[in-house]
Amino acid sequence: MTVSAVRSPAPLALMLLGVTALLCAGGVAVGSLGWEPLWSRAGDASAAILWDIRLPRTLGAWFAGALLGLAGAVAQGLFRNPLADPYLLGSATGAALGVAVLLVLIGVAPAAGSGWIEGLGLTGAAFAGAVAAVLVTLGLAKGVQHTLRLLLAGVVVGMVFGALAALVMFWVPDIMRAMQAFLLGTTGFLGWASVGLLATLFAISLAVAVAFSRALDALALGETTAASLGIALGPVRVVLIGVMALATGAAVAQVGLVAFIGLVAPHLVRAAVKPTHRWLLPLAALTGGVLLLAADVLARWLLAPQELPVGVLTAVLGGGYLLWLMHRRPS
Amino acid sequence: MIKWLCLLLCAFALQAAAVQVVDDRGVAVDLPQPPRRIVSMLPSLTELVCELGGCERLVGVDNYSNWPPAAQKLPRLGGLEDANIEMIVALKPDLVLLAYSSRAMARLESLGVKAMALEPKTIADLRRVWEQMGHVLGASDAQRLWDRVDAGVTAAARSLPVSLRGTTVYFEVNSGPYAASEGSFIGELLARVGGANIVPGNLGPFPKLNPEFVVRADPQVIMISDRNSQALKDRPGWDRIRAVRTGRVCMFTPEQGDVLVRPGPRMAQAARLMVDCLTGRLKETAR
Repeated sequence: MTVSAVRSPAPLALMLLGVTALLCAGGVAVGSLGWEPLWSRAGDASAAILWDIRLPRTLGAWFAGALLGLAGAVAQGLFRNPLADPYLLGSATGAALGVAVLLVLIGVAPAAGSGWIEGLGLTGAAFAGAVAAVLVTLGLAKGVQHTLRLLLAGVVVGMVFGALAALVMFWVPDIMRAMQAFLLGTTGFLGWASVGLLATLFAISLAVAVAFSRALDALALGETTAASLGIALGPVRVVLIGVMALATGAAVAQVGLVAFIGLVAPHLVRAAVKPTHRWLLPLAALTGGVLLLAADVLARWLLAPQELPVGVLTAVLGGGYLLWLMHRRPS
Repeated sequence: MIKWLCLLLCAFALQAAAVQVVDDRGVAVDLPQPPRRIVSMLPSLTELVCELGGCERLVGVDNYSNWPPAAQKLPRLGGLEDANIEMIVALKPDLVLLAYSSRAMARLESLGVKAMALEPKTIADLRRVWEQMGHVLGASDAQRLWDRVDAGVTAAARSLPVSLRGTTVYFEVNSGPYAASEGSFIGELLARVGGANIVPGNLGPFPKLNPEFVVRADPQVIMISDRNSQALKDRPGWDRIRAVRTGRVCMFTPEQGDVLVRPGPRMAQAARLMVDCLTGRLKETAR
């Protein structure tokens, strides 16, 4: 796709939707034996594999990517920092710690019938860890009043929670492989329940974020200017941080720590068009969805029936594309 | 004259006891005499040393060596990545057995501690390491002990009813999902007892699979060695697999998991566990 041809947001959105549709078709056609469109083959088992495995996995990967892209755009707008990403407030390492602790608990308790631990599951633990880390960050920053304090608290929480997760891994190396799968991101076990959850949260987060897009535009002019324009900074920050934490927590809980999408998606959009946040937020979400879905399809395809960690591919794809964009533009 | 003769005899005696073994790095390790104070930093090597009658020569083991019971009382010297160099040196071992990938090797050798890298990963590896350890320990019955373990595996394989030979099996070492393929130690044992692994060896010993692959291969039996495994019923589409539908899923306990994944002298026991799973004698707990 050529970026220079697109200068206004609507065609870009249409293009991204088109790519999404293509990738969805690809996602349904690529399975454990590589390219293998099962719809051409009749039979109960083929239909079930399409319906139970490939379709939810494809849609789930798209929604998770979209949530990360959206959270990234919100983070960069809110902190007025092009290096901000959804994991900024510590949610990533918080989720990692949650998963590590849960894995240890499952290991310590007898495998069968360990009631609430089973019920919570890895996704629940990751989500709880992500939200807990954000809350600790907010606590350390004493609220949302100071952007810099929030950033620093986020960095500290990220470091400390990451170190704790690493410590747990070090003590109980049995969980190492499972943790590694989580840290590199995995889309293999997305089912319809996950898709429903991700889709619902995506709809809510997108609606709320777009409703606050004027505030993000005003914030781009600086906090003082935004305040003088009548933006109530406190409540805006609380709501947007809530959206960010929710979107990131949900995505991380379902697909693990997928690298780079939240950071790179808004930049890719800005490289193509210069939209206000009203357009930037949905476009970044679309881009994020396209990126993660493309990575997922490739992860299944390249080494089939083996799988590559999807996070490795997002970093290569997103990073490579961003570098290419940077170099082809005259500075 | 008698003094010289004595010295000469002594030299011969020493010569006879001296051992040279080429380890997995290709380094020839010279041992002037059979070691008396051994540190083992790999559970499978700990088990092997004890099997060959060298248990009382062990002075320390790694954190994960939990068998035989005698090894549990020994000082714990850390894991693969965090071997406690100071404690190892303080024990004054005359031989330290390490995994090939251990980072402690260079440090220990620079401190003048004799160390050997041995890491059995397949049955053929185990046989070779078995022989080397027998040589190092001066265990004359090493070959007989190997034959006994090997016969144990054959006996386990023979106890599997003919009707169950060729049962398709998916062996999961981790819910990544990482499988044990035909190329792994587990896969080799499975093949010897007569199970048909659904994961071919050309994917490497422990490939990370697309979960769809398992659903399509539709194995008759699923074996899981990892207690942290994600519940099978939560995985999309897995309720269609024959093994799940008919409840032929074996979740091994941590102790059984240790027996299965360690290429060591409990190989025959591991083969029996597989046979018990295939015949349904093992308590099956489908999650």
